[in-house]
Amino acid sequence: MTEAPTPAPPPLPEAGTDAAPVNFVERYGLLQRSGGVATALITASLAFLIGGLVVLATGHNPLSAYREIFNGTGLNWLFPWVNGTDRTFAAMNLQQTLLKATPLMLTGLAVAFAFRCGMFNIGGQGQYTVGTIVGVWVGSSWAGIPGPAHIVLAIVLASLAGAFFAGVAGLLKATVGAHEVISTIMLNWVAFYVGSYAFGLGGPLQNSTNVSVPISNDIATNAHLYVFWGDPILQGLHIGFFIAIGALVAYWVVLNRTTLGYEVRAVGFNAEAARYGGINVARSYVTAMAISGLFAGLAGAIDILGWQFRVGQLDVQASNIGFTGIAVALLGRNTAVGVFFSALLFGGLINGTSGRHLSADVFPPQLAGNLTLIIQGLIILFIGADVLVLYLWQRAKRLRAGKTPGAVEVGT
Amino acid sequence: MTPRRLATSGIALGALAAWIALPPLELRSPMFPMLVAAGAAVAGALAIRKGATRQGRLAIAAAVFGGSLGVLATFSSTAHLEAVVGWSALLAAMLRYATPLLFAAVGGLFSERSGVVNIGLEGMMLTGAFFGILGDDKTGSWELGLAIGILAGGVMALLYAFWAIHLRVDQIIGGTAVNFIALGLTGYLFIDIYGNRGTPEVASVPDIHLSFLDRIPLVGNVFGQLNLLTWIALALVVVTAVVVFRTPLGLRLRAVGEFPRAAETVGISVFVTRYAAVVASGMLAAAGGAYLSIAFVDSFNQNMTAGRGFIALAALIFGNWRPLGAAGACLLFGFSTALAQRLAVYSQHGGIQIDVLFQALPYVLTLIAVAGVIGRSIPPAAVGIPYRRQ
Repeated sequence: MTEAPTPAPPPLPEAGTDAAPVNFVERYGLLQRSGGVATALITASLAFLIGGLVVLATGHNPLSAYREIFNGTGLNWLFPWVNGTDRTFAAMNLQQTLLKATPLMLTGLAVAFAFRCGMFNIGGQGQYTVGTIVGVWVGSSWAGIPGPAHIVLAIVLASLAGAFFAGVAGLLKATVGAHEVISTIMLNWVAFYVGSYAFGLGGPLQNSTNVSVPISNDIATNAHLYVFWGDPILQGLHIGFFIAIGALVAYWVVLNRTTLGYEVRAVGFNAEAARYGGINVARSYVTAMAISGLFAGLAGAIDILGWQFRVGQLDVQASNIGFTGIAVALLGRNTAVGVFFSALLFGGLINGTSGRHLSADVFPPQLAGNLTLIIQGLIILFIGADVLVLYLWQRAKRLRAGKTPGAVEVGT
Repeated sequence: MTPRRLATSGIALGALAAWIALPPLELRSPMFPMLVAAGAAVAGALAIRKGATRQGRLAIAAAVFGGSLGVLATFSSTAHLEAVVGWSALLAAMLRYATPLLFAAVGGLFSERSGVVNIGLEGMMLTGAFFGILGDDKTGSWELGLAIGILAGGVMALLYAFWAIHLRVDQIIGGTAVNFIALGLTGYLFIDIYGNRGTPEVASVPDIHLSFLDRIPLVGNVFGQLNLLTWIALALVVVTAVVVFRTPLGLRLRAVGEFPRAAETVGISVFVTRYAAVVASGMLAAAGGAYLSIAFVDSFNQNMTAGRGFIALAALIFGNWRPLGAAGACLLFGFSTALAQRLAVYSQHGGIQIDVLFQALPYVLTLIAVAGVIGRSIPPAAVGIPYRRQ
């Protein structure tokens, strides 16, 4: 290794040979093996605790704030003693929570799948945006097609667009070794501005009726997803929820029961070993990123067809469903079941802190929205730290097992 | 033709592509800038094939940039073009927009050169922006406000440094967490302290009026009335270029970022170097953020940095992790922002927002740079890899 950057191709970023014992892959392995449910719960509780301290420090009551947020999630519907009008409201709130959790499951999977291949897909947001753009474009044109076909077409094309968008990052990594984190960040902003342009004033996808509003056309009424719980007029829960559940199952099956999944996981554990074992690592990178993008694009499509029905310039700019997917995947430890529950947690948090449910005299919703971001950030922060706790715990155990305390630990 | 000269003519052609659409020539068809830009790109590609990689790469960048600029200009009406392209006003605006990017990019350079990826630049900038104006408001002086903003960014960076260096948490995850926490925390405190009224009027960082430049035509208008922080940012680039590449300190920094084990072997503390670099990067990014809130717009809004931290990161990568390269990229990105903003005001066609699309240019250029289509951006060898002492 010379000191000046030379034109020679750089090593893959994860190849981390220079005695970095806890490199990406190994750390990731630790994450997979570590505690399971317990650490996730501790991480989340710690984040809520510190979030509560912020609330307390600024002169609000954290307990009543959290209680109000919890009631806003509608999870009290699960308690048998809640009845009467409370129960009706709880049901409506729970529908909203599940509505918000649905795309989060998918953007969570978008991060998780790439993770299992040893890549960090930070571009879920851009892939989601591309999905919404294509979804609303297909959904609002070709009004003549029968409903089911229209829905399938919109979903398939939007997912493929997401897959393509993420695939670019995968391809760049596979061919020239460009770090996927950098390329997906750049692609996020490309999607951000393309969306802002497309739905903006005079943009190609702006609505045809009111030229002063930067918003898309509405999608055809027969392309709306069927609402199976609640009132369709009041934004009930649509069947996209089951599509997301299906995606979780597909995720598990593909990863654990197919050759493709085996190769992806092998590359994720150790790309060099996988290469030595005859796996086409480059192809795995591209496929894994494309499948990740597929999930995120799907999330965009079912949000459009399920309850948004149109996209505005502001929606593109304010959305952070894809970024929240990072927290969902990390807290869910990149497993299907974990992603499901952490999507529920974040869906509840987003819904419970929205202005719609929170009364301003208990805890102002604007504060609550920011509290959500803080908690999200803290959860991501502590995910790493639980690996440290595990590491310290293992070391303590080794010390107790009689190893000399002074022995210098040599990197594995 | 030698490859170098080929590349130079490519760069010239790229500039020409933009220039022919602007006053005084003002060709009205997008075809002309496109054709000239294509010529520039071909010249650049040929130069790269013949071995002049860096110059050729610049030529292709000039082609992409000049071509889009020229095409964009043909969308604007002739009368307004005169108003948009007052060159001196445009260049002054470029420097104003580039200032926060310069601070953050130089900050990122220190961190990444020491081997620590800093995705959290955006969050550290935002921290500086909020605490800068908060301090300014509470103490009534911009000096203290700036200091408090910088300090807050340093604290945020220290938290990140502890996580990334001591706990060896994945740096991308840590940086993402910093961005979320900064966004939530500044938004929360902003609403809690200022509510819907917004930030009050504060003492802002003064502009420096250089009266002796007034008589020189272009220079006087561009440099005569710049903000103090803009001058500091420009000076910072030069100082950084000297420190990183011409002093023992800089050599140590780069050694730690390229081959930490070897650096440790000759007695350089990897941990100390990395902590110092990351905290410095947070403080610099925060200075860039504070520039936004107490020198540029004189108020704070939730998420007011709006991705500037990422543009700075892009500039750093596009500039190949070198101070002058990164500064050049910052100026280029600042120029495209300034132009897009001004064209937005003056656009024709009942307001086609093609300038919005233009704002994606920095990211596309960076994507092209990391793709290695036109030369390759090469990060420090040990960047992103946590160090464990043996």
